[in-house]
Amino acid sequence: MSTSGPAPAAVIDVEKVTKTYHTGDVDVQALRGVDLTIRKGEFVAVMGASGSGKSTLMNILGGLDYPTTGEYRLDGEPISRLDSDGLAAIRNRTLGFVFQSFNLLSRTSALDNVELPLLYADVPARERHKLALESLTRVGLADRIDHHPNQMSGGQQQRVAIARALVTQPKVILADEPTGNLDSETSIEVMILFQELWRAGITIVVVTHEPDVASFAERVVMMKDGRVKSDRRQDPRDARQALAEEVAQREREHAEEERHARGGHP
Amino acid sequence: MTSLQTMRIAGRALLRNKLRSFLTALGIIIGVGAVIAMVAIGDGAKSMVEQQFAAMGSNLLIIQSGSTTSGGSRGGFGSQPTLTWDDMAAIKREISAVKYVAPQLRANDQVLNEEQNWNTQINGTTPDFFLIRSWPMALGQPMSQADVDGATKTVVLGRTVVDKLYGPNADPVGQSVRIRNVPFLVVGVLAKKGQSASGQDYDDAVFIPSSTFQAKIQGGLKQYLKGVIIVSATGADATARAERQITALLKERHHLRNTTEDDFSIRNLAELANAQQEGTRTLTTLLASIAAVSLLVGGVGIMNIMLVSVTERTREIGLRMAVGARRADILYQFLVESLTLSIAGGVVGIATGLGVAQQLSTRFDWPLLIRPQVIFVAVGFSALVGVGFGLYPARKASRLDPIEALRFE
Repeated sequence: MSTSGPAPAAVIDVEKVTKTYHTGDVDVQALRGVDLTIRKGEFVAVMGASGSGKSTLMNILGGLDYPTTGEYRLDGEPISRLDSDGLAAIRNRTLGFVFQSFNLLSRTSALDNVELPLLYADVPARERHKLALESLTRVGLADRIDHHPNQMSGGQQQRVAIARALVTQPKVILADEPTGNLDSETSIEVMILFQELWRAGITIVVVTHEPDVASFAERVVMMKDGRVKSDRRQDPRDARQALAEEVAQREREHAEEERHARGGHP
Repeated sequence: MTSLQTMRIAGRALLRNKLRSFLTALGIIIGVGAVIAMVAIGDGAKSMVEQQFAAMGSNLLIIQSGSTTSGGSRGGFGSQPTLTWDDMAAIKREISAVKYVAPQLRANDQVLNEEQNWNTQINGTTPDFFLIRSWPMALGQPMSQADVDGATKTVVLGRTVVDKLYGPNADPVGQSVRIRNVPFLVVGVLAKKGQSASGQDYDDAVFIPSSTFQAKIQGGLKQYLKGVIIVSATGADATARAERQITALLKERHHLRNTTEDDFSIRNLAELANAQQEGTRTLTTLLASIAAVSLLVGGVGIMNIMLVSVTERTREIGLRMAVGARRADILYQFLVESLTLSIAGGVVGIATGLGVAQQLSTRFDWPLLIRPQVIFVAVGFSALVGVGFGLYPARKASRLDPIEALRFE
């Protein structure tokens, strides 16, 4: 990594991990030996077609599933030795999840949604309130704390979900297709937020099949047939600039349409 | 996670679906309400029966003359006087299980004073009668043994007769009434006793010495007792023994062989009372069991809704697990939800049941009896229903695979 000073510690350390699902008589090998190390402060996009094993990898990284063989250390702790309560604690303290479909509790205010992980961490009510408010402020929704999910746009809902992932100050944020349900402009807005968090020092892993989304990361891991096919670093595209380009592009198209319309009906 | 937080989460989830929560609890409300109302009604009926038998007299045996057969047609009990005054004296003298013995001779006739007249039941008896029936005086004195020995023309009036002849709350003691043109001196008025189980008014009667009754009302053969002998046993446990002893004594006195039909009959009212109470107890049990079944159905309703709720909220469960809920947290959340439904239903059900019992007791003029333990049992049972029927859905929720749950559509 950086040439000056020692490399940051590995937050995620996956070593020869395989995962086999038994469905009836057929064994499906979803992962066939994955090695992956993600260091503190990295912004990694995991890409791959469906069936490449990226979702399985994501589940294991998220402490939702155990590897069949191999070792996965999260923040130095081997998770294969944890029981289900231990995993729940890890998910609560060390990880923050962002999902494609937001997964907010309906008929529940943004603030209460963000407080949810703290509830399971036994944080007292006053503290919970304060942290949730800070987290919502950080994603730019301080004025929406009492709104219910159905009163917010998709982009706002995803930002509430990001605030919920941030509220426990996790070591890693895992985002599974975070822009899959959003239009291109809103997608870029969410990526702006991720880039901001990354610049503030948070480790981010985004699973996506969209090259556009992956272009905002500094490292792209390509999965294929249950293995890491390629692992390369890149200059991340600046999301703010991308948004400006997107807006300009839309306006150009808009103008074009106008011109056609005028041409059609002089 | 603290239990208070679990309760708050559960409460919020229930309030999100107010109508559904109410309808689910309704099963328990009806169940508990039915149990409370049924048991209260049964208890009320039981105490009603107890009161009625207490009004008749305690540990009571009634000895009647037997039937006779003339020309092949058998008369009913009392169709022929077979009991004698000596029989009564013998019972009094020889039967150890007997406390009091009194004759009761009956006739219906007019009772007149200066202004009014009233047809009522004229009873000829002795002072022991009032002890057997545990019937106190409201005014004046009961007749005395001297009145019986001297066949005096004295009368004790029932409350209804006083009301009809003198008007309510009048005091006729010292005045005179005429029965069959014979003037009688009113010496006392009995306390109000009310109605028998069959609706007969106990207070619509007058009482004169049995000797006077024989002389002035009845006539006929002097040695026979043309009425019934009423007997009170020494205790509730002595009625059966008294019955046996009296039967043996009368068989002997009437020279009856074991093979011949008795020419008398004995009605044991204590046994009748027991049978009646047994009947109401059975009825209470039956009603309560039916009500308990509806409580059970309410429990199944809770389970049903909780299962639907778990399926419906699969993603929510998955999310809760993803953000750090342990399996136990999920289990408790759903358990507390079903427990809240059942206990809230139980509390409302108790109120409803008490209201219904109150209404019915006013309607049928029954005493309202609520045993506190019934309420505790009802609350306890509904809580048990909540846990019992909530456990399966809650376990199902807590055992969901978070990956599958999050992917659930």
